[in-house]
Amino acid sequence: METELTLQVDGATHRLRVDTRTSLLDALRQRLGATSPKKGCDHGQCGACTVLVGGRRILACLALAVAHDGAEVTTAAGLAPGPDEDHPVHRAFVDHDAFQCGYCTPGQVCSAVGVLDELERGWPSAVTADVAGGPDLADAGAVDREIAERMSGNLCRCGAYKGIRAAVAEVVGVAEGARR
Amino acid sequence: MTATLEPRAIGRDLARRDGAAKVRGTAVYADETPVADPLFCRIVQATVARGRVTEVDTADAAALDGVVTVLTSTDAERLASTDDAELAVLQGTEVGFRGQIVAAVLAETDEVAREAVDLVRVTYAAEEHDARLAADRDDLYTPESVNPTYPPDTHEGDMAAAMAEAPMTLEATYTTPMHHNNPMEPHATTALWDASGAGHLTLWDSTQGVHPVRQTVTQIFALEPEQVRVICPFVGGGFGSKGTPHANVIMAALAARAVPGRPVRFALTRQQMFSLAGYRTPTIQRMQLAAERDGRLRGIAIDVVEQTSRIKEFAEQTGVPTRNMYAASNRRTTHRLAALDVPVPSWMRAPGECPGMFGPEVAMDELAAALGIDPVELRIRNEPEVDPETGKPFSSRNLVACLREGAERFGWAGRDHRPGVRLEDGWWVGTGVAASVYPTMRMPKSTATVTYDAGRFVGRIGAADLGTGAWTVLPQITADALGVPVEDVDVLIGDTDHPEASVAGGSSGTTTWGSALVEAVREFRDKYGDHPHDGDAASGSVNPNAAEEDYAMSAFGAQFAEVRVHADTGEVRVPRLHGVFAAGRIVNPRLARSQFLGGMTMGLGMALHEQSLLDPRTGHVVNHDLAEYHVPANADVDDLQAHWIDEDDPYVNAMGSKGIGEIGIVGTAAAVANAAWHATGVRVRDLPVTLDRVLPAR
Repeated sequence: METELTLQVDGATHRLRVDTRTSLLDALRQRLGATSPKKGCDHGQCGACTVLVGGRRILACLALAVAHDGAEVTTAAGLAPGPDEDHPVHRAFVDHDAFQCGYCTPGQVCSAVGVLDELERGWPSAVTADVAGGPDLADAGAVDREIAERMSGNLCRCGAYKGIRAAVAEVVGVAEGARR
Repeated sequence: MTATLEPRAIGRDLARRDGAAKVRGTAVYADETPVADPLFCRIVQATVARGRVTEVDTADAAALDGVVTVLTSTDAERLASTDDAELAVLQGTEVGFRGQIVAAVLAETDEVAREAVDLVRVTYAAEEHDARLAADRDDLYTPESVNPTYPPDTHEGDMAAAMAEAPMTLEATYTTPMHHNNPMEPHATTALWDASGAGHLTLWDSTQGVHPVRQTVTQIFALEPEQVRVICPFVGGGFGSKGTPHANVIMAALAARAVPGRPVRFALTRQQMFSLAGYRTPTIQRMQLAAERDGRLRGIAIDVVEQTSRIKEFAEQTGVPTRNMYAASNRRTTHRLAALDVPVPSWMRAPGECPGMFGPEVAMDELAAALGIDPVELRIRNEPEVDPETGKPFSSRNLVACLREGAERFGWAGRDHRPGVRLEDGWWVGTGVAASVYPTMRMPKSTATVTYDAGRFVGRIGAADLGTGAWTVLPQITADALGVPVEDVDVLIGDTDHPEASVAGGSSGTTTWGSALVEAVREFRDKYGDHPHDGDAASGSVNPNAAEEDYAMSAFGAQFAEVRVHADTGEVRVPRLHGVFAAGRIVNPRLARSQFLGGMTMGLGMALHEQSLLDPRTGHVVNHDLAEYHVPANADVDDLQAHWIDEDDPYVNAMGSKGIGEIGIVGTAAAVANAAWHATGVRVRDLPVTLDRVLPAR
């Protein structure tokens, strides 16, 4: 069975017909030719397909395209404010060599942008000491733990976690090397 | 001795040239190759571990709207060569392991292809299979050689006498489980045969070597090299599993052959990677140490039992590092294999050294404890003057310097060597050390060209960058060979249209490809001097390293771990992991640090998490996905540090560099296991160090 839907991807509007079984990830990759969301497991276990929908990070492989008619999807390619401009997370990832093979990287970048927003909103995580008060952004050690916890849904087999932590911490505004 | 390049670009902390594309996700990987109107290939896998396919009922699948064809061993094209049973896809009815490809579907969409494979009904005549590895099997055999060409056994002196007579002996068995490489990018190929019938095949393949893929494909399909082009600008990790083509590559080419003119996409699922993309064999390592009271070894022996597949042999060289590591006049290393009804094992990061430095380095820790000697000091006392196996001097060997510097940085001095005596806030705390080693290899064949055009120099070589940094470091090397700024140099890789390059394996890429580029530059300067004209071009090839006749060459390292084990739950954490390496000259510190840390992180996974659980009753890896095969996640890594000692080695190559892609994983698991013992007093000899193994004895 097929259905017609609209997706806004990185600012561009696409009208497409898809098999109702199509995941949002396959719609992006196989139908729209988007290379930024990656398929690492197709089961929501690795995070490589992370994109932002309405500003929040989701796993595109666990989302059905038909359930996202009209959604605003931002991939790592769409985060840059302009063609020759970097998003601060892009820049920090390159500066800290927060990747090697690059396959998990767009998902890591989208996840990091999602984390920045979650921290700003004061959303707690499993490692937040004061759940009601939210994460303590003044405490560099606490921020490091928050980043480690919140980025743990994005696997990196090359093992760039140290660089990823440093990159996200830099964008949060915490000095590099601060730790618990 | 080679003239070492004057380092100007070499040694600079440069960002990755492919960084901007990778952080945006605009770097294109094999499955994303923009092609018009692709078909999608999905496979049916054997559900028995041994037997024969008696019938494949494709009727329902073929009738499905959108299915183009269903391929079985009855109708798939006959391949020109079926010598390699792993690659003889759909060439017969025999089943050699559970998960083998027994049918494939080509469809207009991926959704239809997935539905269609579920409609294919396969009937088997199952035979009794055997998938159980054990050291006491009566059918273990000695392979002719172990990977790649080492002798399987070595004997020096009289190990039995050393064990009988030495004042201190240790005998213990250590095991490492089956491991899967699990690069983040599943193995994938986009394949296209031309429509004209001329038999030209293009493969956009995720591979560690475009030329090795072409060589395999030309043999199997009886093609000339000019008929096959393999393209791979980016690889989403490989760790050995994309070093040699597996069945998926042949499947993609075979499927595309059925539809000339139409591109076919074939990507393994994560689950399929556990049976079709290689893995590291489980190993059983019986260790013997015979020592003087002061810790000096009289003898060291390792007897290895491991598995291979009945249909194809791969013999991991687990015993090989014991041949070169420590001084001892009596030595024995042996390898015995069980040929089982299991998937085909293959390369995984530091084959041989990685598992083979677990048993020995834990045994050394046990010996140190038994003798009351500092484990750092024990290793220093056993430092050989020359390579124990060949008698050759080392071109450079700085294991002792790594141990000393690591101990200093880690704060090892004053360590209370008693195990199980430090309880802090409910956690048992301990520290451990182990050594790392990896041979310095150079592949025999690689060629590069250098062309001058409009003020820029362009190198070309079919090399691969799987995150290792070849896109960035090869220009650094070429720039220094030319004596020009690195900003004026490009090096193009990842395409068989470039000159032939060796596989990215054995940590040999930078040495081999870099040497070829240096030779190409030498030719270029000889021909055109310092004032070339547009279009001037020269070619050069890597030479054998004559110094290998006279010197043994390896990189060394030392890893220090702090482990905390929760007294109530047994949870194991590694709050500190520090490595110090001596690996020649470091071409790019930023990228090198990532390589070392990445290897250590994978070693941390080996220490604490990773094990493929093959159920011998079915021959099936039951935890065949990333939810159950656990690799380290971000929060598993804490204070992780990699440092290095500057080495000036004039013998290895013109760059003065040794390989760094694999040594980081070597020794990590032993350092962690040794620290877990120091924390708890429980000696874990079987990886991984999970809570059920450290908790009971407390």
